[in-house]
Amino acid sequence: MQYDAGSYDVIVVGAGHAGVEAGLAAARLGAKTLMLTINLDMVAFMPCNPSVGGPAKGIVVREIDALGGEMGKNIDKTHIQMRMLNTGKGPAVRALRAQADKFLYQQEMKKTIEDEENLTLMQGLVERLIVEDGVCKGVITKTGAAYTAKTVVITTGTFLRGEIILGELKYSSGPNNQQPSIKLSEHLEELGFDLVRFKTGTPPRVHSQTIDYSKTEIQPGDDVPRAFSYETTKFITDQLPCWLTYTSLETHQIIDENLHRSPMYSGMIKGTGPRYCPSIEDKVVRFNDKPRHQIFLEPEGRNTHEVYVQGLSTSLPEDVQRRILASIPGLENVQMMRAGYAIEYDAVVPTQLWPTLETKRVKNLYTAGQINGTSGYEEAAGQGLMAGINAGLNALEKEELILSRSDAYIGVLIDDLVTKGTNEPYRLLTSRAEYRLLLRHDNADLRLTEFGYNIGLIKEGRFNAFVAKKEAVEREKARLQSIFIKPTPQVQEIVTQNGGSELKDGIRASDLLKRPEMSYEHIELLVPSDEKLDSEVTEQVEIQIKYEGYIEKSLQQVERLKKMENKRIPENIDYDAITGLASEARQKLKEVRPLSMAQASRISGVNPADVSILLVYLEQGKIARVSNS
Amino acid sequence: MELDTIAAISTPMGEGAIAIVRLSGDKAIDIADKIYKGSKSLKQVDSHTIHYGHLTNPTTGETVEEVMVSVMKGPKTFTREDVVEINCHGGLVSVNRVLQLVLSNGAKLAEPGEFTKRAFLNGRIDLSQAEAVMDLIRAKTDRAMNVALGQMEGRLSRLIRKLRQEILETLAHVEVNIDYPEYDDVEEMTHKMFIEKAASVKKELEHLLQTSQQGKILREGLSTVIIGRPNVGKSSLLNSLVHENKAIVTDIPGTTRDVIEEYVNVRGVPLRLLDTAGIRETEDIVERIGVERSRAVLREADLILLVLNYSDELTDEDLNLFKAVEGMDVIVIVNKTDLPRKIDLERVREAAKQHKVVTTSLLEDQGVDDLEEAISSLFFAGSLEAGDMTYVSNSRHIALLGQAKQAIEDAIDAIEMGTPIDLVQIDFTRAWELLGEIIGDSVHESLIDQLFSQFCLGK
Repeated sequence: MQYDAGSYDVIVVGAGHAGVEAGLAAARLGAKTLMLTINLDMVAFMPCNPSVGGPAKGIVVREIDALGGEMGKNIDKTHIQMRMLNTGKGPAVRALRAQADKFLYQQEMKKTIEDEENLTLMQGLVERLIVEDGVCKGVITKTGAAYTAKTVVITTGTFLRGEIILGELKYSSGPNNQQPSIKLSEHLEELGFDLVRFKTGTPPRVHSQTIDYSKTEIQPGDDVPRAFSYETTKFITDQLPCWLTYTSLETHQIIDENLHRSPMYSGMIKGTGPRYCPSIEDKVVRFNDKPRHQIFLEPEGRNTHEVYVQGLSTSLPEDVQRRILASIPGLENVQMMRAGYAIEYDAVVPTQLWPTLETKRVKNLYTAGQINGTSGYEEAAGQGLMAGINAGLNALEKEELILSRSDAYIGVLIDDLVTKGTNEPYRLLTSRAEYRLLLRHDNADLRLTEFGYNIGLIKEGRFNAFVAKKEAVEREKARLQSIFIKPTPQVQEIVTQNGGSELKDGIRASDLLKRPEMSYEHIELLVPSDEKLDSEVTEQVEIQIKYEGYIEKSLQQVERLKKMENKRIPENIDYDAITGLASEARQKLKEVRPLSMAQASRISGVNPADVSILLVYLEQGKIARVSNS
Repeated sequence: MELDTIAAISTPMGEGAIAIVRLSGDKAIDIADKIYKGSKSLKQVDSHTIHYGHLTNPTTGETVEEVMVSVMKGPKTFTREDVVEINCHGGLVSVNRVLQLVLSNGAKLAEPGEFTKRAFLNGRIDLSQAEAVMDLIRAKTDRAMNVALGQMEGRLSRLIRKLRQEILETLAHVEVNIDYPEYDDVEEMTHKMFIEKAASVKKELEHLLQTSQQGKILREGLSTVIIGRPNVGKSSLLNSLVHENKAIVTDIPGTTRDVIEEYVNVRGVPLRLLDTAGIRETEDIVERIGVERSRAVLREADLILLVLNYSDELTDEDLNLFKAVEGMDVIVIVNKTDLPRKIDLERVREAAKQHKVVTTSLLEDQGVDDLEEAISSLFFAGSLEAGDMTYVSNSRHIALLGQAKQAIEDAIDAIEMGTPIDLVQIDFTRAWELLGEIIGDSVHESLIDQLFSQFCLGK
């Protein structure tokens, strides 16, 4: 029996990492928002590894924070350790990673949602959308509740027609034995969406008190307090370590002997899995010359003994998993608490989306997260935030927000998805970002705070602090560019002590800083500033001056990109009417319907001649309009 | 991209004593000024004025050309952008040198039809021409691609693929270090390892630039020798080629005074005709410089034009010539069809084996088209309507190779400065992309594929 359950501006279906960001963002923009989840105890659940961040992903978390999202703040409050990775490399690839207390993470996020003014959290399994004339107007749950809304965001993760595969066993299920969402998947097909079947997996969990840690290496967090959020002021100092061990030859032997029982190789698994997160059986088969593989033992929280066995993702039968665990140094007598499994699920082919994450097929309907073919909490959260922002802005009849590839990793992620699509679960890698040097961990605030402020997710106080920081950076840069350092004995000493060659002449402070052996601290020693400068400011000054040449090169490329981005392609363009387009290009353009020339030029199968022809065609249209009027 | 400053040779090849290299775009004046030495900086001169000076290579300081440079600021120009026209000495060598100089200082080689396209995009050309512009782009680009592909078959393309693979493996190695910092199986790429890789790539690029057949042809022309017994019409053939194609006679420094070379451009194939003086004077290369020397000249040749007499029997001397050029690219010309036939064409074809045989009457201007067609199809494996296209695609490769080399050098400099490896990676990636442009493959995704096939990853 269907009944009217109320009306909202925005409905978010799902409360995973995409859903929570979407719901919070929409609500904070001022949209009356409903968040529906299959199980209220699964809000912001981490069904896989208990960690947030890492290369590229960690920068996404910073970006989410700079735009006014929640993930950074939440992990800052609930982590068990943090590490800055790649500190020995350049600033562009430094990345923060936290091990999460996955239970605290959930609790904290759920409470934040409950506290949020415009946001209603409700348990319910959505089975159908209300779609009239190609416009989404609400959702209907299994219990018959019909909610209406101006916009709807679907963030169903791996729940869509989810199937767990464990050895010879295969059954319909969402992650972690949750109820799957089957009808919604069928309904999306009815609506005409193309779906693909993807696969991912997770390793077994074991009891900490049965691990012999003496046979493993300790992996502590950093000594320095760290945080993802620019607003975090309270730092967790009491950290828990992770532990490192390795598979043994015996492990590989067990796997080899039992490959015939692996659903991966027996053909039971049909979905495409991610290459960057292979199962242990995959690693052993594909790289059989490797004598061992790393296994990280990661606590799942402070108030539990459950330990995540990173690197041992598998869908081998449970009895084989037990034998594999016992073959690993330190785990000889380990007690397995949950078995690893693979999960297959439906995803929407993401080229069916506009860069706002609204679907092309159904207006006012957005999708975000794993349903769009990605993997990873951070990728999900980044999309969730953008979908929530755009669903909210749309509902409030404001202009939507699209981040460019040169603005953020989130921009790269979404552009890749909607322009190129993906044939495996998509993960962000730093190498996907052509402007990686500009998309750094340290400058996420400089890149994005203003966007967050303009749409209303960043509040006045934080924005003012950001402006003050930005000005301090500019002032200090200008100061160093204007000060001349003479080759005094003190200066020569500092230079040579650090392995540099003596100055022949006087030099601008900024030029001295460009020398590889010099850091801001050295310069400050020689020409101290009157201002008391925050370490975040001096870090910026140092990076911006030291890597000026490279940054400048990247900026020039961005300049060109922007010009192409400013050449807009009307949504209603008729590609069939353009003579001269190659047929493959025509077909791809019709499918992706790029919004700008920049996006068009990134579609595979659209070559430079097609881009030129399209440009000429567009200009022709412009001239025609001018001469008509 | 529509936004680069572009450059191209805007005068037909091999015509006139003056050639023009044209630049268009917002950096046109900057780029020209970087390489120009005259009484005034080009940035300070009035628009639509012309200036005498020299072009110098800013890195080596070496003077390249004596030039007249016109500066025309937009929008009152053909493209409505800033335009600079460099008038230099005509002839393949000098004009190409100027183009290369401009390209290595920041200009991008114009795509086919690009000046016209820009003129259109900037509102310079009216609406009725739009369709024509589109057709032009399509047609010219496709042909340029075909030519490029035709040339790319074989050794050069294999070399470039190999080189790219080497770069790619290094890139993947660095990327793994970045994206999987805790993955202990791959050693950290050190500056020392990186510099070794970079140096080896640079060496191969230099080698390519020096020896690639395409490069050689472009810089020097295809060295061509006309051989044949006395009185078969070698001199007529020379005159015909030179006359038809308005050759520019150039004294090449370093060659002995008695060996004069002439350049002609045959349907886009630049020919360097060797020892033309010899032919003119004595009509017989073997007779004049002796067998040993003629053998040496033959060995140097890329193309042999072997001339036979239609009105005479095939002699042993003729057959010896066939033997002497075995294994080389040869076109057999049976000349003097205006006279009664005495030669046995069957025997000629037998002796010619796989080589093309063309019959001509150079005296009556018969068959010259066939000959030119044979020359062009020999080198581009297909008919070629617009000669300049060949030239462009050749020049494009060289420009890209040069830029790739520059990017590698930048990487090496950066490593020596102690720059973090992920920044050096930017230049290295650039080199990889530039080489990809040569073979029409710059898909970024392959780096990620490489990453996952080369390393066993998963954290």
